[in-house]
Amino acid sequence: MPSLPTIQPEDEARADGASHEGVFDAPHVETHAKDLFDYALRLGDDSLILGQRLGEWCGRAPALETELSLANLGLDLIGQATLFLALAGEVEGRGRDADRLAFHRDVLQFRNCLLVEQPNGDFARTIARQFLFSTAQLALFEGLTRSTDPRLAEIAAKAAKEVAYHADIAADWVVRLGDGTEESRRRMLAGLDWCWRFVDELFQVDAVETRLVSTGVAVDRASLRPSFDARVAAVLEEAALPAPVYPRAVVGGRVGHHSEHLGHLLAVMQFLPRTYPDAVW
Amino acid sequence: MYTPELGKPGAAAPVSRRGEARAFVAAVAARVAADEFIEPKDWMPEAYRRTLIRQISQHAHSEIVGMLPEGNWISRAPSLRRKAVLLAKVQDEGGHGLYLYCAAETLGASRDEMTEALLAGKAKYSTIFNYPTLTWADIGAIGWLVDGAAIMNQVPLQRTSYGPYARAMVRVCKEESFHQRQGFEIMMAMANGTPEQKEMAQDALNRWWWPSLMMFGPPDADSPNSAQGFRWRIKRDSNDDLRQKFVDITTPQAEFLGLTVPDADLRWDADRGHYDFGAIDWEEFYAVVRGEGPVAKERMEARREAWEDGAWVREAADAYEAKRQARAAA
Repeated sequence: MPSLPTIQPEDEARADGASHEGVFDAPHVETHAKDLFDYALRLGDDSLILGQRLGEWCGRAPALETELSLANLGLDLIGQATLFLALAGEVEGRGRDADRLAFHRDVLQFRNCLLVEQPNGDFARTIARQFLFSTAQLALFEGLTRSTDPRLAEIAAKAAKEVAYHADIAADWVVRLGDGTEESRRRMLAGLDWCWRFVDELFQVDAVETRLVSTGVAVDRASLRPSFDARVAAVLEEAALPAPVYPRAVVGGRVGHHSEHLGHLLAVMQFLPRTYPDAVW
Repeated sequence: MYTPELGKPGAAAPVSRRGEARAFVAAVAARVAADEFIEPKDWMPEAYRRTLIRQISQHAHSEIVGMLPEGNWISRAPSLRRKAVLLAKVQDEGGHGLYLYCAAETLGASRDEMTEALLAGKAKYSTIFNYPTLTWADIGAIGWLVDGAAIMNQVPLQRTSYGPYARAMVRVCKEESFHQRQGFEIMMAMANGTPEQKEMAQDALNRWWWPSLMMFGPPDADSPNSAQGFRWRIKRDSNDDLRQKFVDITTPQAEFLGLTVPDADLRWDADRGHYDFGAIDWEEFYAVVRGEGPVAKERMEARREAWEDGAWVREAADAYEAKRQARAAA
């Protein structure tokens, strides 16, 4: 064993004044903050990207009533995104606010699931995406209202009320289109077919979420799957549509590995703050 | 929003019905004096009904087409708050369209008929929406100038003679004044921002100023049909009076923003107590009314695409509803 420097009295004095938390504690605190930051980003980015997609419907909806209802959903989602991203920035503690996080990250830093970034397609595909996402999001938010993190619980409580409406209105449309005309049924099936591969990701639990679940901060997404499957089955049956056959899952959104579509969405969404970084709007 | 630029009351009542027409004008005056309205079940001259359908549906179409220039910036709004506010604003406009169509339906016009008339180019909408939104400052300018002009037209319509229209206007006006403040707030942020932002703000004012003045419609001397509108209380102020009011209110706001109104002849006339302003290019106005506005084709194409692409959804909803009713009856 090599000789070590002698501990001097002044070292002892400095040690007395040192913090009670040292290298053994720090990684834990840091990991938790990092996990929570990541989790809040996942929640916020899901809402932000889907809200952005719904905004693209403006002026294009099949009827005035659907126009208003899609805008309503989009508005709720942008509101949720603002709250979750503000919390992420606060947890991170590096001075990034919700706008900074929304407009100044690139594809690899986005944490949304792949389903929400899928292009709108026709109205049926938009409805398929909304139905699957909102149904999963509702179960998640209902669970999150009991989070040990009061900030998450508070946002979830507010958002769950909104999402319950989103899930209902989307389910109504699945039934209407599935059981409407031959054409609407064909389109509804195609819309769902586009989306099935992204469903597994909604219930994926990785190391980050496992740690957060163990402290009661996050909801165990895997535990939400049975009730999701039951709800989807019930709505498809009412819509006279066949039960889903899930293809191989496509995942990656939670670690920043997205579809090709997200880059284009961000290019449009972020263009102004990126082009004029010094401007306040 | 409704602007009198396209207003044209229907044909005057035929000679044989002149007595009836005079009686109706008297009835309108009496109702208005008693703080009452003409209601859908009341008798009304055919010309009054047709004129109102024309005015209300034009107003509704303007709300719907008016969603497009602003919708153009929802995806690119520069902050989450601005995005939410713009989305809500455009949604409000859709809502205005919806209850205006409902008001017109009380007069016997169906929404599908009105939409078909718009898409066929038979029904008009406000000329202002045939201009493009090039920068984010245009969203500010539309709120400030276009909604500002609309409010001046619409506030008097809250006391118009036809009940459903007047009541729709009460709600519309509340929301429009909110929009106008939001637009001005965007202009303020940009006028006080970076040099590039200020340039965008000035450019937006340059492009939107004259089309905004045109929203009030042709000069009074060229509005021979206004008299009928006044008698029926579906028009409450003259085009030129409202235009002057707009210039008087807006010019100091532009000065406050540090922006220059693009009119070399604009100056305060202390004797009149009003601003004098330059000549409006009415050739431009009439060209846009004819459908020759810079983005008129884009606007109509967007509406036509939405209508045609959505046909299968509307059919599906009807088919489902029919099945549901049949099942309920069985």
